[in-house]
Amino acid sequence: MNESGEAMEVDLARGSVEREAGEIGRLIVELPGNHRPSAAESPVVFDVRDLSVWYGPFRAIREVTLPIYQRQITALIGPSGCGKTTMLRCFNRMNDLIPAARVEGTILYHGVDLYEREVDPVEVRRRIGMVFQKPNPFPKSIYENVAFGPKIAGFKGNLDDLVERSLEKAALWDEVKGKLKDSGMTLSGGQQQRLCIARAIAVEPDVILMDEPCSSLDPVATLRIEELMQELVSEYTIVIVTHNMQQAARVSDRTAFLTVDVREDGQRTGILVEYDFTDKIFRNPSDGRTEDYVTGRFG
Amino acid sequence: MSLYRPDLGTEIPRTALTQEAVWAAIRGKHRDLRGRIFEGALLLTLLLSLGVLVTLLVDITGAGWDVLTTRKTEFLTSNLSSIASRAGVWQGLVGSVMVMSFVIILAFPIGIGAAVYLEEYAPDNAATRFLTANIRNLAGVPSIVYGLLGLAIFVLWIGRITGGLSVISGGLTLAILVLPIVIITSMEALRAVPSSIREAGYAVGATKWEVIRSHVLPYARPGIFTGTVLSLARALGETAPLILVGAFTGTFFGASGNLMERLQGPYTTLPTVVFNWSRLPGEDFRHMAAAASVLLMALILVVNATAILLRNRYERKW
Repeated sequence: MNESGEAMEVDLARGSVEREAGEIGRLIVELPGNHRPSAAESPVVFDVRDLSVWYGPFRAIREVTLPIYQRQITALIGPSGCGKTTMLRCFNRMNDLIPAARVEGTILYHGVDLYEREVDPVEVRRRIGMVFQKPNPFPKSIYENVAFGPKIAGFKGNLDDLVERSLEKAALWDEVKGKLKDSGMTLSGGQQQRLCIARAIAVEPDVILMDEPCSSLDPVATLRIEELMQELVSEYTIVIVTHNMQQAARVSDRTAFLTVDVREDGQRTGILVEYDFTDKIFRNPSDGRTEDYVTGRFG
Repeated sequence: MSLYRPDLGTEIPRTALTQEAVWAAIRGKHRDLRGRIFEGALLLTLLLSLGVLVTLLVDITGAGWDVLTTRKTEFLTSNLSSIASRAGVWQGLVGSVMVMSFVIILAFPIGIGAAVYLEEYAPDNAATRFLTANIRNLAGVPSIVYGLLGLAIFVLWIGRITGGLSVISGGLTLAILVLPIVIITSMEALRAVPSSIREAGYAVGATKWEVIRSHVLPYARPGIFTGTVLSLARALGETAPLILVGAFTGTFFGASGNLMERLQGPYTTLPTVVFNWSRLPGEDFRHMAAAASVLLMALILVVNATAILLRNRYERKW
């Protein structure tokens, strides 16, 4: 791995205090501005260390280090091509599906390296669910959409109850309870996305990853999803990628700002600029690039 | 004519924009002459191709009409004969159905399996692309070449098993003939399933097999059905390769006995019967050939209609 220079840049951007301390979480406790009080002490779910992702010869993100905390909403923001989606897809090993993708560095999930040779990505994905940019319900009934995950996981309990509970948690039950046999494709875009959230929580995951979940929705549907996230975060750890800075400011506890670093030879790579409490990132960022981005001067 | 300017609070006369002047400027002059000529030429090509088809249909139906109306089902149920008034297409129908069964039993599962492997499992590298390109080319190889292949392998090489010039040889030859078409159309149907659906499956913890079995294959099914049924229609109309691997062009008595003996015995198919009758001297057999052609076209129409119905019934929008 390419040491020093590149790694330093990332760490300087985030404030070198954290690097010296080693224990990143403990220092962030002292920073003001967190709006979910218990969040400060919450344990680390993902400990990302020096994460680099390559697509063939192209390096999508370079040496990102950051912790993700339990039962918090962490937002990944940044301009197009900064690798935020790439990073999100590392958390449930979705990048494995891209043949040319290669991951360097480590992601510790509750202390276990997700990219350890013996780790089964299928088991990882049962615990770390995902909601995608474009609602992608299966062209099957609403019921089947939610029941598929538990079924393949060998769920033995009452499936009807589980489907109802999941749809309720996704704030969709009241709208669909009379038509569970209808195709999931008949729902509106916002309903489809909530169906996808219900599908993700039906397998009782630990973490829900959301890749720009509102980018194809209208403002009303977006608001509903955001409210839903606020409810879900009491039970789940949520990591959300968003293009919408207001959204990140509204919903998240912590925000990581990534940007595109263009090297002299023209190579473009995503790097982490700053990671902090959301209030801090939006009100008083430490890095000039963050400030430019959140105030709309760039990106 | 004038424009109201709320910011100025007055109406500003725009003398140049009189109604007459605007009308003169935007009035259609219908000058797109070349476009019209082009449109007419396109219509002509359409009418030309339709005209040829209609002429053919009318001619054949006219020639075969008497035979079909006077002999009715007796024409369907009679065996081949050298006497026109007694000859029927029964053996051809039975032969076609038997040969088609081989295509369905062999080419469909093997072709769909190969397509699933190539599309879902095979690594996307030069070797796979080379293979796919070649399968595409095989779909375009003239059918007589497959006939020669069938003759060399099924009739001569493993003739002991197939019975030489037999139903089995004909069925195997046609199965190989349509195999590339089945593979290519199935691959296209599988590719049409969006990757977002696959990702959705993986994201709830499905294995590759579960994603393919529960999602990719069911959603690709209408496309696969359509492609395979159309390839069946193609096989149904083939004549040339079958003549090489033993479809009888004369009168014969079908083998009796158990199924294996029948399969190893002589056979003919509907298009081969048409070919045979059209070569025979005399007006009678020319009309017989026309009648059999009408029958063959009706059969192919039924097969194609099935494909269209299946597609419309299960068609999916993403």
